Amino acid sequence: MTSPALVGATPVATVASALAAQPTAMPSITATNDFVVKFANVNGSGSASANELFAKAILRMGVPVSPRNIFPSNIQGLPTWYEIRVTEQGWLGRRGGVDLMVAMNPQTWNADVREVEPGGYLFYDNSKYVPPSKLRSDINVIGMPLTEICNATYSDARQRQLFKNILYLGALSVMLDIEPQVIEQLFTEQYKGKEKLLDSNVKALHLGRDYAARHIGRIGLTVRRADKVGERIFVDGNTAAALGCVYGGASVCAWYPITPSSSVAESFQSYCQKLRVDPETGKNRFAIVQAEDEIASIGMVIGAAWNGARAFTATSGPGVSLMTEFLGLAYFAEVPAVLINVQRGGPSTGMPTRTQQADLLACAYASHGDTKHILLFPEDPKECFDHSAAALDLADRLQTPVFVMTDLDIGMNQRLCAPFQWDDRREYDRGKVMSAADLESGKDFGRYLDVDGDGIPYRTYPGTHPSKGGYFTRGTTRNAYAQYSEAGPDYLYNVQRLLKKLDTAKTLVPQPVLRKAAQPARFGVLYFGSTSPAMEEALAALAAMDLHVDAMRLRAFPFPDCVPEFIAAHEQVFVVEQNRDAQLRSMLINELEIAPARLPKILHYDGTPITARFITSAIAERMRTAHGDRA
Amino acid sequence: MTYLAKPKLHHPSLAQNKVCYTRRDYEGRVSTLCAGCGHDSISAAIIQACWEMDVEPHRVAKMSGIGCSSKTPDYFLGNSHGFNTVHGRMPSVLTGANLANRSLLYLGVSGDGDSASIGIGQFAHVMRRGVNMVYILENNGVYGLTKGQFSATADQGSKSKKGAINTESPIDTISLALQMGATFVARGFSGDKKQLVPIIKAAIAHKGAAFIDVISPCVTFNNHAGSTKSYDYVREHNEAVNRVDFIPTRQEIVVDYAEGQVIEVEQHDGTVLLLRKLHRDYDPHDKVGAMNYITKHQAEGEVVTGLLYVDNDAGDLHEHLNTIDAPLNTLGAKQLSPGMAALEKINQRLR
Ligand SMILES: Cc1ncc(C[n+]2csc(CCOP(=O)(O)OP(=O)(O)O)c2C)c(N)n1
Ligand code: SF4
Ligand SMILES: [Mg+2]
Repeated sequence: MTSPALVGATPVATVASALAAQPTAMPSITATNDFVVKFANVNGSGSASANELFAKAILRMGVPVSPRNIFPSNIQGLPTWYEIRVTEQGWLGRRGGVDLMVAMNPQTWNADVREVEPGGYLFYDNSKYVPPSKLRSDINVIGMPLTEICNATYSDARQRQLFKNILYLGALSVMLDIEPQVIEQLFTEQYKGKEKLLDSNVKALHLGRDYAARHIGRIGLTVRRADKVGERIFVDGNTAAALGCVYGGASVCAWYPITPSSSVAESFQSYCQKLRVDPETGKNRFAIVQAEDEIASIGMVIGAAWNGARAFTATSGPGVSLMTEFLGLAYFAEVPAVLINVQRGGPSTGMPTRTQQADLLACAYASHGDTKHILLFPEDPKECFDHSAAALDLADRLQTPVFVMTDLDIGMNQRLCAPFQWDDRREYDRGKVMSAADLESGKDFGRYLDVDGDGIPYRTYPGTHPSKGGYFTRGTTRNAYAQYSEAGPDYLYNVQRLLKKLDTAKTLVPQPVLRKAAQPARFGVLYFGSTSPAMEEALAALAAMDLHVDAMRLRAFPFPDCVPEFIAAHEQVFVVEQNRDAQLRSMLINELEIAPARLPKILHYDGTPITARFITSAIAERMRTAHGDRA
Repeated sequence: MTYLAKPKLHHPSLAQNKVCYTRRDYEGRVSTLCAGCGHDSISAAIIQACWEMDVEPHRVAKMSGIGCSSKTPDYFLGNSHGFNTVHGRMPSVLTGANLANRSLLYLGVSGDGDSASIGIGQFAHVMRRGVNMVYILENNGVYGLTKGQFSATADQGSKSKKGAINTESPIDTISLALQMGATFVARGFSGDKKQLVPIIKAAIAHKGAAFIDVISPCVTFNNHAGSTKSYDYVREHNEAVNRVDFIPTRQEIVVDYAEGQVIEVEQHDGTVLLLRKLHRDYDPHDKVGAMNYITKHQAEGEVVTGLLYVDNDAGDLHEHLNTIDAPLNTLGAKQLSPGMAALEKINQRLR
């Protein structure tokens, strides 16, 4: 075994020179604006904000980044990782592999060291001796006595811990050539009005930089100023969804905390406090209740929406399970409701901090009886915003529950996306609501009557008119005029009308996005939600391999008619999903009566976000086999 | 028209209230409950109270869970919107409805199975939150609609119609409501309309979470000897602590009473409750005292009735949440969307 490539133990100008001193030449990864850095931290050590600064600094240099939090279900002590892909080309999916590991957690040391690509870099705190046997000879090992420096500089224990993070940020900025002014500017924005904090952070940054300049120098990975970020914003999907609910006019929010959805309601609260307080009276144009459980959350949403307010809840899989009885009621009684489901690995003691797209069936058919719900599939925070606002319109228009199906990958990671837009002339679509004047004019009011032939009946809000338009809301034991009835024909009329309503829904939901291949393609691929960035990259990689596939990104259920048309136009259509049981595929087979063999499944479900590498190799392999079949 | 229109030939002699409705206008569809069911008497008391209180029927939202009791909102206030929700979860739907429009009167109707068994969680939390409502629990000690199983309010040792003895200890919804923070707590008996109607009226006038537990015998499954929720038992053991006289607005009180025998309770809206004391020491402002009294007397097998607790300075959920005065359901994009300029600022901060 060759001796580990140790850097930092002795002052050297650059890693390159240190490498030159190695007995065996080791290929070091060199890359500019295209590499992966992973931070291995201890949860609760204050590393999150330093890591975010690192990402933002690169962004401010005009280079896209895509970070992902990999964290445990724990507040303090357990390992947590922050993996950031630097990608001038703008591939925002997870790449896989690590070029530079910032190993700050002794607990996960072995696995972290193992993960570095050959020729990659390992940065660690060498205040304590690490025996060479715990290192690798095929990677560049860079030590910096972070603890020692902090202990020598700071007396306060908390400071010693926190500034360790800023110190490595400073060191990394030297190693990767990140402009220090950009970081200082970020500090200035962050510590506006807190000059003391600003000052001490800038000092710590330079402490780290000075050390690195003297003892480490540059490594083969480089951040070079570019112009690839443009107008885009950097935000997580939960914040975006909350903002979509603010703009979409939700005035009632009822929720119960659950990872990874809690920050939807929390952001909604903080945005409302800033943006929705009546300036004259200081009173709120919103009501937020942290309910006793998810059953109560959805009950409150249903009550509020029944009474004419726009209402939503945010939850994850276990919450949806609790809500299912109510969802059936809302479906049959035709009450609007909006649910933001930030999906995670199931079940309750499942993988709350890992991502999956595994609630499709549970949501599409939630509840007993013949129920079917509207699902929207945002691909990124921008669509979390758009779809949340759209969901409030759709729920009112269709008088039914609407799910916004995001997931942990979109919800809890900051993602570069198009800026939010709002047309100030936009009015909310409140759907078919009869006013007192409508009732007064003698319009026939049958709560469950299909007047317009689109399956959507008219409703009234409680308190509208002294003698007209009142009705008793119950599940299905009633006729089109909401009078008690258990008669078969009344039931049939009602549930068939609900199907018609779902047909109408197909034309109202966000339509699929089609990406035709450069050449006529025998194969197609269907995907949705957070798979999107990895898929875009995979499609480019496949095209470069001369493998051409038409791609359709689904944005909603029920499936619009162009979906079966797309499938019919191809020999086979791969269905790419992040769950074990190919849930979307089941729905396609079930709803569109498509022969299963036409829909090969490509599934990724270990809790980590799907990667382009995974998709590319899976599709390439199948296409080659299929081509081989033909030959 | 979604209710069964009854011939509304107003007899000239039918008296109208201040908002020009007759008692008839507060009725609903014909009840489908068993003849003699206590729940029907409660419906009648609700009709009477709403009429006497000059409540406009369409300004009431009737909310219920599931059960015979929860069916009754169909049988009163036929012009009001009603919502027969799911079993045990009426409180959350009522809460949401109340958040959407604070200007209506929310009347929650539930059963003992609905509130004390499956729905005890929501029951507790709706009281904690101080939702402005009148919550009536029609308590018969059994699940009527599913044919006579014991509910969680059945007394230990009481006997089912089939002869089974209930071995589990009962949940006293009154004590629970007190503990959870209800600000108006009363118990009535469906067989004593004279006592019940003024209690309902006072609850309507109360701002905050008003809870009324009404013992309401199920004639079909729980009206036999050995039941503690039968007409006979309640009549024999009724321990009324006071009688409520409801005075609509602050006016001179002309009731003739001996000193120390009446407590005047002025409510938020200026209405006055005159509580004629039947027990000299009973003070309905003293929560701890009320709890002690109830616990003691119930242990002796008595059914304590009357207005048991009232906090006349109570606030409600909207006050706690500092919501605007206008009902939230009247707000449009102008009031709810902060506009593109604000959004652009947010975008800017996210770069
Ligand atoms: C989730 C659920 N479980 C069970 C039932 C069946 N169920 C209907 S009514 C009822 C009990 C009602 O008892 P109570 O609330 O005391 O009303 P009562 O009929 O006595 O007035 C039950 C168990 C149901 N409707 N929903
Ligand atoms: S079963 Fe009992 S509770 Fe139900 S209607 Fe008959 S008497 Fe009333
Ligand atoms: Mg009962």
